[in-house]
Amino acid sequence: MLDQSEGYVTEDGRKIGGVVMEMKNITLRFGGVVAIKDISFDIREGEIRAIIGPNGAGKSSMLNVISGFYVPQEGEVWFHGAKRPQMRPFEVAQQGIARTFQNIALFEGMSVLDNVMTGRLSFMKTNILQQAWWKGKAEAEETENREAVEKIIDFLEIQHIRKTPVSRLPYGLKKRVELARALAAEPKLLLLDEPMAGMNVEEKEDMSRFILDVNDEFGTTIALIEHDMGVVMDLSDRVVVMDYGRKIGDGTPDEVRNNQEVIDAYLGVSHD
Amino acid sequence: MFYREAGDFKTSYIADSQTFPIKFDRYRYYVVLAVAFGIVPFLINDYWANALLLPFLIYAIAAIGLNILVGYCGQVSLGTGGFMAVGAYACYKLMTAFPDVSMFIHVILAGGITALVGVLFGLPSLRIKGFYLAVATLAAQFFLVWLFNRVPWFYNYSASGQINAPERDVFGIIITGPNAPAWATYLFCLVFLTVCAIIARNLTRGTIGRTWMAIRDMDIAAEIIGVNPLKAKLTAFAVSSFFVGISGALFFAVYLGAVEVGEVFGIQKSFLVLFMIIIGGLGSIFGSFAGAAFLVLLPVLLKLIGVDLLGWPTDIVAHLNLVIVGAMIIMFLILEPHGLAQLWRVAKEKLRLWPFPH
Repeated sequence: MLDQSEGYVTEDGRKIGGVVMEMKNITLRFGGVVAIKDISFDIREGEIRAIIGPNGAGKSSMLNVISGFYVPQEGEVWFHGAKRPQMRPFEVAQQGIARTFQNIALFEGMSVLDNVMTGRLSFMKTNILQQAWWKGKAEAEETENREAVEKIIDFLEIQHIRKTPVSRLPYGLKKRVELARALAAEPKLLLLDEPMAGMNVEEKEDMSRFILDVNDEFGTTIALIEHDMGVVMDLSDRVVVMDYGRKIGDGTPDEVRNNQEVIDAYLGVSHD
Repeated sequence: MFYREAGDFKTSYIADSQTFPIKFDRYRYYVVLAVAFGIVPFLINDYWANALLLPFLIYAIAAIGLNILVGYCGQVSLGTGGFMAVGAYACYKLMTAFPDVSMFIHVILAGGITALVGVLFGLPSLRIKGFYLAVATLAAQFFLVWLFNRVPWFYNYSASGQINAPERDVFGIIITGPNAPAWATYLFCLVFLTVCAIIARNLTRGTIGRTWMAIRDMDIAAEIIGVNPLKAKLTAFAVSSFFVGISGALFFAVYLGAVEVGEVFGIQKSFLVLFMIIIGGLGSIFGSFAGAAFLVLLPVLLKLIGVDLLGWPTDIVAHLNLVIVGAMIIMFLILEPHGLAQLWRVAKEKLRLWPFPH
C-alpha cells in the first residue's frame, strides 16, 4: 500500500492532496438485507477514485450514501475534516457534492441550457421579488451564471444543442448533458454513477477524455462507478473493490488487479 | 417571408434570453399591447365587455396562476374555485372595512391573502403527489366554499348570504358597481392581466421557474441536484394562489358585482380553469391566454352561429358547447398534451423555415 497520510504523487506525476471525504465503518441495511457492511475508505483531493464490484455489490448504494440520499444505520461520513450531520440531499448538494445518475435523470421538459443552469442553483441568491421584477439584480445574476454555464457547454462540446429540449436528444448526448449539469455546480466532489454504461467505444473514449479533462483543468475530485475494467484501470488513481456489501480490495489499479480476493470475486472460485 | 430569424443576431446573453427573441414576435407583442391599451377602450361597449373581454381577462389571470402550479410545478390542483372565492371574499371584506383605500390595493391584498391560504393548503404536497394531491386540493375547494357559506362574518351578516360589491373608484373613476363604465373596468382588469403575465414570465424563465420545472420533471433528482422541494412547492402554491386570488377578486368586484359562493366558485369553476390550461397548453404562459380565450369565446360563438344565425333552440346550443369542450379535452390529452400553445409553436417553427423546409 502507498503511504497515504500526506497525499501522494500518481504515476503520471499529478499531486494528490489530503482527504476530502472519508467514510468510516459505514453499514447500510434495507430491512434484513445488508447492502453495505462496515466499509471504510477515503477520497483524496484531486484524485479519480473508482468503486468497482460485481452487480449487487452495493456500489450505487455507497454513492447514494455519499450524496445523502440514503442514511446509513451505522458509521460516519466525514467531509472536509468535519463529521457530516444528518442532512437532506439538497443540503448535501449545497455543500459541494454533485452527481450524475446511472439511469439518466435529466429534466426532460427543459432545454439543455435550462438543465445546466439548474445545476448552478447554489449560486443563485436573488429572492422571489427581485426575480419577479427581473431587471437589475435577477438579470445580472442570470447573465453572470449564463457565462459560467456557457464555459462548461463549450468544454463538453454541446454548443449545438444548447436550446434543444432534452427529450429530443440521443442517449450519449444526454449523458454528456448530465455531466454538464453536475459540473455547473462547480463541485468539490463529483460522483459519476456508471458514466459509460451503454456507450460504444467511441463514446466511451469521448467520455473518458472529458473525465480526465475535468480532473485536470478544474482539479475536481471524482469518484466513479464503472463496469468497464479497461476504463477503470486506465482512468483511476485508486480503486475500491466491493463484493456482497463488503470491501475486498483497495489500492492502485495494479494492486487491485493482482489481489487474489478480487480475482476470485470477478472470476469465481472453485469450491472443492 | 417576414417571419424569420436570419440576420437577427444576438450579441449578449440578455438579448438571447429575452421573452421574444425573434424581432417579428417582439413587434407583434408591442402592437397587441398598443391595441389593447390604446384602441379597444374607445370602441368598447357594455355587451362586449361583459360577454367577452372581462371574462377573458379575468380567466386568463386565473389560468396563468393555475398553469404555474400544474403546468410548471406539476402539482395538480382542483381547488381553483375555492381559492378564487378566497380572493373574492378577502376583497369584499377589505372593500367594506376600508372604503377609502384604492381598489388596486384591495385587489393586491386579496391576492396576498389567497397566497397565504394557498400555502396552507399546499402543505400536503410535501408528502403526497399526483392523484392524491388532487384529492387533497379538492378538499380545500369544498371546505372553503362551505366556510364562506356558513360563517356569516365573511358576508357581513347579510340576509341573503350573498356578497355585493359596493361602488369603489380608482383615481376618481368608478370601477365597481352597476355604474362603472365598460372601458374603466376593462382597463382595470387589463392592467392586472398585463402585470401578472409579465411577472409570471419573469419567474418562470429564471431560477425559481427552473426549480419548479425540475420538481415537475423529476423530483428526486431535483432534490439531489440541490433543489429544496419544500421551498419550490410552497412558492409555486403561493404565486399560483396569488394570481388566482386576484382573478377571484376581479371576478367578484369588477365583473359580477354580486356573488353567491356555491354557485359562482363551485367545483365547476375549478374544472373550467383546469380545462383552459389543458386546452391552452400546460407549462406555457401563452397557452393560458389561448385556453382562456378559447373557452370564453366558444359559447359566444356558438350562440351567434346556432341561435342567432341558424335559429336553433338555446338549450341545444348550450349542450353542444359542453359536448365540444369535452371532446376537445379528450382530443388534446391524447393528441397534443401541450395544447394550443404547442400547435402555435410548431406552426411558428414551420413558418420560420418556409418556403425551404430542408
